[in-house]
Amino acid sequence: MNLTLKVWRQKNSQSEGYFETHQLTGISPDMSFLEMFDVLNEKLVEENKEPVAFDHDCREGICGMCSMYINGRPHGPLEGVTTCQLHMRSFSDGDTIVVEPWRATAFPVIKDLVVERSSFDRIIAAGGFVSVNTGNAQDANNIPIPKDDADDAFAAAACIGCGACVAACKNASAMLFVSAKVSQLALLPQGQAERTIRAEKMVAQMDEEGFGSCTNTGACSAECPKEISLENIARLNREYLGAKLSSKSV
Amino acid sequence: MSWLTQTLTSSIGKKVLMSLTGLFLCLFLVVHLIGNLQLFKDDGGYAFNTYAVTMTTFTPVKIISYLNYFFILFHAFWGIYLEVRNRKARNVKYNLIRNQSTWSSRNMALLGTILLVYIVVHMGDFWYKFHNEPLPYVQYTEMLSTGEVFSQVMPAGYTQDVKQVEFVNSDEGTRTVIVKDLYQTVSVAFQNFLLSFFYLLGMVAVGFHLYHGFQSAFQTLGINHPKYSPFIKAVGIWVFAFIIPAAFAAMPLYFYFKQF
Ligand code: HEM
Ligand code: SF4
Ligand code: FES
Repeated sequence: MNLTLKVWRQKNSQSEGYFETHQLTGISPDMSFLEMFDVLNEKLVEENKEPVAFDHDCREGICGMCSMYINGRPHGPLEGVTTCQLHMRSFSDGDTIVVEPWRATAFPVIKDLVVERSSFDRIIAAGGFVSVNTGNAQDANNIPIPKDDADDAFAAAACIGCGACVAACKNASAMLFVSAKVSQLALLPQGQAERTIRAEKMVAQMDEEGFGSCTNTGACSAECPKEISLENIARLNREYLGAKLSSKSV
Repeated sequence: MSWLTQTLTSSIGKKVLMSLTGLFLCLFLVVHLIGNLQLFKDDGGYAFNTYAVTMTTFTPVKIISYLNYFFILFHAFWGIYLEVRNRKARNVKYNLIRNQSTWSSRNMALLGTILLVYIVVHMGDFWYKFHNEPLPYVQYTEMLSTGEVFSQVMPAGYTQDVKQVEFVNSDEGTRTVIVKDLYQTVSVAFQNFLLSFFYLLGMVAVGFHLYHGFQSAFQTLGINHPKYSPFIKAVGIWVFAFIIPAAFAAMPLYFYFKQF
């Protein structure tokens, strides 16, 4: 396949960015999108030019690192797929492909296509965990969990923290991510102890980081590689409002 | 900050204020429509004009309507404020966007701003005139035995201190009512093509605003359930985005075409 690639280049977070155009020839349709970038970077290195910086790690759709905004959509044209799992066969010979970094004030660009997503880490650190006491673990079967709850919690736990929801949202809102992280714990017995304080703290941290507020457009869920449902956002709203109304912290 | 201000100024709390005021405005639309449907009665405006008096004199209704004005302003300016904040959450824009969401949902602030302009013009047209300008008066005489109503325009320059003069003549078996003729004002106003067209545009904007807004308000309040959400969505689309705007739009259309 022959392709024209328009890639965002930016030296560091302070500098101005710009688009750089590259012609690629002989790309195999069986390559993944990231392998196509490897080919580009090898070519750039051979030409003594700076390779394009992009994030990646597992390349099997589970780590959430590969953040690329491809032709106007996070993770490209397929539904429920990360950039690393996207293959060149999803494009046609002769296509022009535009690749930009995630754009959000809370995700500043570090270099080229790499953005700083530690705002997500700080939200998790604010409450996205359960405290576990030392001692022997009790028998798991002693804690009955309704199947529906287990399924919903599992579906929410599929979130890989990639940030595509923020990238897709017109308001750069992090509600889908936060709602998945609150839901996976709120639905399970292990999450009950810190349930109210978790919702309060995670939302407060989310607001602090400068993400926008949700207007329920649904673009996040449509682009999420793990197809996290909007039901989680409704649950987060319930959890947060319920926590604010019932908790004793004034 | 108290916990309450903290809650209401959080990103979720801000949306809850949008949602509650939005739903109140939806309820208002229903009531407003039911009242205005009396414009279609072929009684020379008797039902409509006396209804207009009730709406502006009955104290509970007055309290609710001032609350309503406040909610409209609050909803509008809060919405614009949120939109501005949300734009700041993306300081560098994308070059190319293929957003997977409805057009309505992405343009709520634009639709809302059109609605605000519409509401200001609309209030100036009818509300302001009804309250502050010397509209012509009309006298209705109702035959108590048959319910038949005769209307008669009062002479130019006639005026009265109260909004509605009403007396019963038991000898003749009639009830006479004298009120401002808002019905006439409305029917003349809508004979103007531009004004009627503007009203139609306003109703299109309401339709699109509520196509997204009605169901969104429930999601904001945390109501998303496999049993009820399909119903809420259907009501939002059919009743609020389609039937209600269409029924309102029928009013300018009715008076515009009636003149020919
Ligand atoms: C007839 C008048 C109006 C009605 C019935 C109405 C109704 C609604 C409803 C039900 C919502 C959804 C709330 C939510 O998502 O939680 C909404 C949202 C919104 N409205 Fe209105 N509205 C009206 C007028 C206006 C006006 C005049 C403006 C602005 C100038 C406006 C701007 C907005 C904005 C920006 C949103 C937020 C969008 C979103 O959250 O998706 N609205 N409105
Ligand atoms: S909710 Fe989906 S899009 Fe958002 S961070 Fe999690 S996996 Fe990525
Ligand atoms: S590189 Fe790990 S999900 Fe794509």
